Amino acid sequence: MELQSKIPTGPIQEHWDKHRFEMKLVNPANKRKYDVIVVGTGLAGGAAAASLGELGYHVECFTYHDSARRAHSIAAQGGINAAKNYQNDGDSIWRLFYDTVKGGDFRARESNVYRLAQISVEIIDQCVAQGVPFAREYGGLLANRSFGGAQVSRTFYARGQTGQQLLIGVYQSLARQVAEGSVNLHTQHEMLDIIVVDGVARGIVTRDLVTGAIESHTADAVVLGTGGYSNVFYLSTNAMKCNTTAIWRAYRKGAAFANPCFTQIHPTCIPQHGDYQSKLTLMSESLRNDGRIWVPKKPSDDRPVDQIPEDERDYYLERMYPAFGNLVPRDLASRRAKDMCDQGLGVGHGGLGVYLDFADAIQRLGRDVVAERYGNLFDMYQRITDENPYQVPMRIYPAPHYTMGGTWVDYNLMSTLPGLHVIGEANFSDHGANRLGASALMQGLADGYFVLPYTIGDYLARSDLHAVPEDHPDVRGAEEEVRGRIQRLLNLDGSRTTDSIHKELGRVMWDGCGMARNASGLKEAIARIPELREEFWSNGRVVGSGDTYNQNLENAGRIVDFLELGELMCIDALVREESCGGHFREEHQTPEGEARRDDENFTHVTAWEYTGADSPPREHREALEFEYVPPSQRSYK
Amino acid sequence: MNLTLHVWRQDGPKDKGRFNRYEAHDVSPDMSFLEMLDVLNESLVEGGEEPIAIDHDCREGICGTCGVVINGKPHGPWPGTATCQLHMREYSDGDQIWIEPWRAKAFPVIRDLVVDRTALDRIIEAGGYISVRTGSAPDANAIPVQKEAADLSMDAASCIGCGACIAVCPNASAMLFTSAKVAHLNLLPQGEPERFTRVLRMIEQMDEEGFGNCTNHGACQETCPKEITVDVIALLNRDYIHSVRAGTS
Repeated sequence: MELQSKIPTGPIQEHWDKHRFEMKLVNPANKRKYDVIVVGTGLAGGAAAASLGELGYHVECFTYHDSARRAHSIAAQGGINAAKNYQNDGDSIWRLFYDTVKGGDFRARESNVYRLAQISVEIIDQCVAQGVPFAREYGGLLANRSFGGAQVSRTFYARGQTGQQLLIGVYQSLARQVAEGSVNLHTQHEMLDIIVVDGVARGIVTRDLVTGAIESHTADAVVLGTGGYSNVFYLSTNAMKCNTTAIWRAYRKGAAFANPCFTQIHPTCIPQHGDYQSKLTLMSESLRNDGRIWVPKKPSDDRPVDQIPEDERDYYLERMYPAFGNLVPRDLASRRAKDMCDQGLGVGHGGLGVYLDFADAIQRLGRDVVAERYGNLFDMYQRITDENPYQVPMRIYPAPHYTMGGTWVDYNLMSTLPGLHVIGEANFSDHGANRLGASALMQGLADGYFVLPYTIGDYLARSDLHAVPEDHPDVRGAEEEVRGRIQRLLNLDGSRTTDSIHKELGRVMWDGCGMARNASGLKEAIARIPELREEFWSNGRVVGSGDTYNQNLENAGRIVDFLELGELMCIDALVREESCGGHFREEHQTPEGEARRDDENFTHVTAWEYTGADSPPREHREALEFEYVPPSQRSYK
Repeated sequence: MNLTLHVWRQDGPKDKGRFNRYEAHDVSPDMSFLEMLDVLNESLVEGGEEPIAIDHDCREGICGTCGVVINGKPHGPWPGTATCQLHMREYSDGDQIWIEPWRAKAFPVIRDLVVDRTALDRIIEAGGYISVRTGSAPDANAIPVQKEAADLSMDAASCIGCGACIAVCPNASAMLFTSAKVAHLNLLPQGEPERFTRVLRMIEQMDEEGFGNCTNHGACQETCPKEITVDVIALLNRDYIHSVRAGTS
């Protein structure tokens, strides 16, 4: 396996233009002869399917949801970044590029990030034209707000429902193509494997979740926009169905998995309140614009909030990072919250929480302005906690939220398995070791609307692809493999529910490979996870049959893949002997407790190659070069 | 607290279906409604029984996947709240809770509490979009939009497509859902060119799917988890009447 990033040469500002010019085009009349499979209908997958349909390709699009509008992109709250500089505050493509490379702690590809910043501008245009009702000022022009990790206001938003509105824009574009007949949408279909013919990705195997039918679908190229894998931690802010199966099966078929240990722990989530909990709820990072984070100075201070005087409160982010204050990037905000709780300063259930206080904002701006900005978030908080954040500070705690790691892709978003393209959160490409707020929506839409529709044309135009017959042995083989796996699951008749094993995996991952990691903890997790896999296959229980709507079976299949991925994440975290972004190795920190990168030895992407169920994965490295943003110690002080 | 649940079980679209009785023990008031069902389902699986099929995903009230009728009310008793955000502190020890799927001709039951809502997608496919190709948009600030219009559009656009408005309607009408989409797009200048064809086509599709007519009961706005009001229905009617009079096709 060789990692060829295919980054264009010349000045970075010209990379994308030059590359687009050099790409081969598919004649308009020939586009309909090409079949493209797109898995996932979130911002990346849905935008790609719609755009490819508009271009004239024949698209087969799959989602395990009952509707394309349910993808988890919908839950993103805060906003989407774009270098429009509508606020005249000094923003530019260059600054967004710089902020993103720095925010990612110098572990992303410069060229990809520059392209992302360039395209950000077009995304906003596209969304507005589709009818996305972004917030506006009284003059009728678009409003912006600031977000963590940036000192300019470049975030566009639709109340606290930006992801929902962008996804509805995508969904509507997709609906239009479905009506036109260019996209054939398969809802309630879960992808369970990739079909590889002569070393090239040529299709997928799916299970119809309603009837249980196992089906093969072949095409000229396959695109995965299947999201991230935070649910490996069991408790995360991801939707319940989010899983790693698509990219994990791709990994097992030859698509290298990059930086699996780069996970983002989001600082502002509602703390856990009981063992029965299966999902954590995020409160938008935008709350940090006006909310002030603090803990009592005295450990185990159980006085009611209003009895803790001002001088006995520690606004620790404002104290430690005066330049960015409460708006430091997510990795720092999360780690500091953990530090405070580790020192016994945490508040609420189990001392695992810090305050996010709006009293000053309400005094300064008035309750109405605060309600207009964050009303729906406050309501949600109150519904969950039964506390009114207009009166008492919110309590928040970090939770797994986003995964920067994912399928390794080149500049064209193609994986090491030819023909397989991976977009959005599912790939590893643009965020390095830490993603900045409001950048996930940007990347999903950039990949889906503006990058993949070009690059896939180049792939198709350069490839000599012949139709794969339905009864091709590789098609039948992939299908049989899936049937076998499902049968094995249905045969499980032990004493433990698969969910209880997932929960245990989550604890192992959180303890060993969570917000802070160290060699002994990682080694422990690496020893424990194969035992859990053994427990799953020897003592797990799956009920029901394969030919009905069976959520227990669906879920068990996803856990199988999490049980393998978790181990790879720990292996990756163990070999990366440095701290960077969301990957904090306790052995590698400055005396002030900040992450210490090791640029000399770790300025690279680690991409893992699958070598079989019983042999260790093979490590590959893609060296990163920083020509335009010289690596420096990230400072938000 | 301990609760008695009566849950609709139905093996498939052709099965007649029935209520099964379950006892839920040690329910914490801090639990969400779905967490309470998670615990029950875990115990069913432990006992070798198939869990209750119920669709859900984000658990933040935004994806629109979840939705069941709880004691006769879609999404249960809390205003402006989807099923996943309902919490058990609403209930007291000894309460009986009846849980059913959405019931409407256009929503056939798939299993237990899960129904097929693809009819809603087909209404959107009929015209619930603005025809703009990727890459063909003008600068985002080229067309100013009155803040009031943008805010009203956003109110309508907050629809999560859950189908509760249909489940609660005595006619199983999809007027609130359809009108919310029409209002979202028709209130914006970007939606203007297709304004009248959009409304005609979406209404036509709505009728074709077997949804009933609107008779102004207003139960939909009371049950909508996003509190979308029947004002959007008035907007739809205005554009619909105009389209019919003008002979739009």
